[in-house]
Amino acid sequence: MILVVVEHDRGTIAAAALEALTAGARLASDRDDVVEALTIGASADALADQLATYGAAAVHQAHHDLLSDYGPEAWGEVVAQAAVTLRPTTVIATGTDRGNEVLAHAAARLDQPMVANCIEFTDGDVFHVTRVRWGGSLLEEAAVDASPVLFTVAHHAIEAQPADSPGAAEPRPFEPDLDPSLARSVVAERVERVAGITLSTAPVVVGGGRGVGSAEGFASLQELADLLGGVVGCSRAVTNNGWRNHTDQVGQTGTRIAPDIYFACGISGAIQHWVGAMASKNILAINTDPNANMVTKAGYAVIGDLHEVVPAISAEIRRRRGVN
Amino acid sequence: MKILVCVKRVPAPGARINITADGLAVDTAFLGFTTSPHEECALEAAVQLVEAGGGDVTVLTLGPAAAEEQLRYAASVGATSAVLLATDGSDWDPQRTARAITAAVADLEATGGPFDLILFGNESADSGGFQVGIRVAHALGRPIVNGAKGISIVDGTAEIWREADAGREVYRLPLPAVVGVKEGINLPRYPTMKGRLASKKLEIATVPATAEPGTQTMVSLRAPAEQASKTVVLGAGVEAVPAVVDLLESLGVLR
Ligand SMILES: Cc1cc2nc3c(=O)[nH]c(=O)nc-3n(C[C@H](O)[C@H](O)[C@H](O)COP(=O)(O)OP(=O)(O)OC[C@H]3O[C@@H](n4cnc5c(N)ncnc54)[C@H](O)[C@@H]3O)c2cc1C
Ligand SMILES: Nc1ncnc2c1ncn2[C@@H]1O[C@H](COP(=O)(O)O)[C@@H](O)[C@H]1O
Repeated sequence: MILVVVEHDRGTIAAAALEALTAGARLASDRDDVVEALTIGASADALADQLATYGAAAVHQAHHDLLSDYGPEAWGEVVAQAAVTLRPTTVIATGTDRGNEVLAHAAARLDQPMVANCIEFTDGDVFHVTRVRWGGSLLEEAAVDASPVLFTVAHHAIEAQPADSPGAAEPRPFEPDLDPSLARSVVAERVERVAGITLSTAPVVVGGGRGVGSAEGFASLQELADLLGGVVGCSRAVTNNGWRNHTDQVGQTGTRIAPDIYFACGISGAIQHWVGAMASKNILAINTDPNANMVTKAGYAVIGDLHEVVPAISAEIRRRRGVN
Repeated sequence: MKILVCVKRVPAPGARINITADGLAVDTAFLGFTTSPHEECALEAAVQLVEAGGGDVTVLTLGPAAAEEQLRYAASVGATSAVLLATDGSDWDPQRTARAITAAVADLEATGGPFDLILFGNESADSGGFQVGIRVAHALGRPIVNGAKGISIVDGTAEIWREADAGREVYRLPLPAVVGVKEGINLPRYPTMKGRLASKKLEIATVPATAEPGTQTMVSLRAPAEQASKTVVLGAGVEAVPAVVDLLESLGVLR
């Protein structure tokens, strides 16, 4: 049996959970096995129907007082106990902050390896995976000798797909035995996000790099972003200089963006920046250096000084809209 | 506050990552090295906590002798003791790394007293296993939360906040605790002249790293397939602007 840990937040399923379940269903069909789901906390009981659509033959529903909100240690302990009790050959979780965190806790408890962020996996005498390193800039082939095999599926590596024939998603209560001390790492308080577009969801991102030259230099990028209903992004050189807040940073250690268009202004296109920007549907590089990596990798480029080009783009947009 | 920070030495590639002929390592022949970014911020967080409330910061790395460079850098920005768990520089799997670090923490605490806080990065930049800190915390029986964007010490608890899809999550971990830090929690300082001098005098406790390997084995490394792209150059300077705005219109982003 293949067990998929379903990521959710107080009952709201994470998109990545359906990707993990799709991966589990695929692996199950390869080896004539079944895929089952594990939901943690009563708030997730209602997800069973949706999990059926994606092929779950059964849904193990873990219930306990300590599971009313997220807690990495408590969740990891539940997964470890489920692995011992239900004896899956493989446990799959989401390749997200929470999924990697929970499965690492389970792996520590089971003293087994945990392979983070896999994009491919094949069963055999030894379990083989392809996983991402450097935030996606490098791939690693690895062999895993473990029982059970624990791995997470890199977010967006697999498209979530309903199963050919839905699973029964038969609900099965699972009563973990949790030490009260695990309450120590359950979420104590929350500050809900104010609605609005964020860097990761914005349809337009106007990004600036060292070439912008100063914090003030970002005014023209902000203006263009505002005109197009987008947001400003930046490179790590910019955050390191204190010109922008880290919340604007695109890249391996910043945010992954996927806008309709990314304007990369004065950004050289180092690989750690590129991995954060490569999911953009279109990239327009504005750079004085025609050989900059960003220019050669982008779909479109303007060779020139961003301080002249960016304000002129805003002016032309205003002119065509008939406002000045 | 006694704080331990675990940092990893990683190469700093530019436009691409090249791989050695045997496919087993990043070709670092023409690369500089740095401290993995999340850990650089973990170190800064530790130094700030000690500046505010007293105590000291120890920095630990597992890696080749050359990782001395990262330990001295840490001393130049505020760490006062350093431990090098020396390896031959080969890629250690996460279980093995965690076992070696756990044993080293036990040794350090046996002689120097317990650490109130042990800080890790959220994930290492090069291997990105998302687990060494969690394994060490579990082995030590201490709580851990990853992804910290804020740490403050309030009445014997470490108050942590982090970003999640729904907003900020706040955790209150009783000390001693372990925290995985994310870049953005602070802006790491640059070394001062005084710091640089201090770092030259730093005594590094070097111990050979020993630990049983885990059962996840790297077979090879490769670059991801890249879509061959041909860049459409829309022009030079402001003359390109009408073509840019035509493009925006055709992409439908000019609503
Ligand atoms: C482990 C690790 C993780 C990292 N994570 C990230 C990350 O998440 N995000 C990130 O961005 N970086 C990251 N980096 C840093 C990365 O390697 C680069 O150092 C950084 O992206 C460079 O930023 P930049 O392109 O703004 O600066 P530079 O590389 O200095 O490039 C500046 C560019 O601006 C152009 N330019 C200059 N003046 C003008 C002008 N007037 N008009 C137009 N163009 C001009 C230049 O031709 C050049 O191409 C990471 C590095 C490491 C080692
Ligand atoms: N070789 C190492 N030396 C010291 N700390 C390490 C080492 N490898 C990993 N770590 C720490 O463990 C964290 C998580 O690493 P990883 O599990 O590889 O993503 C890193 O951010 C570091 O703080």
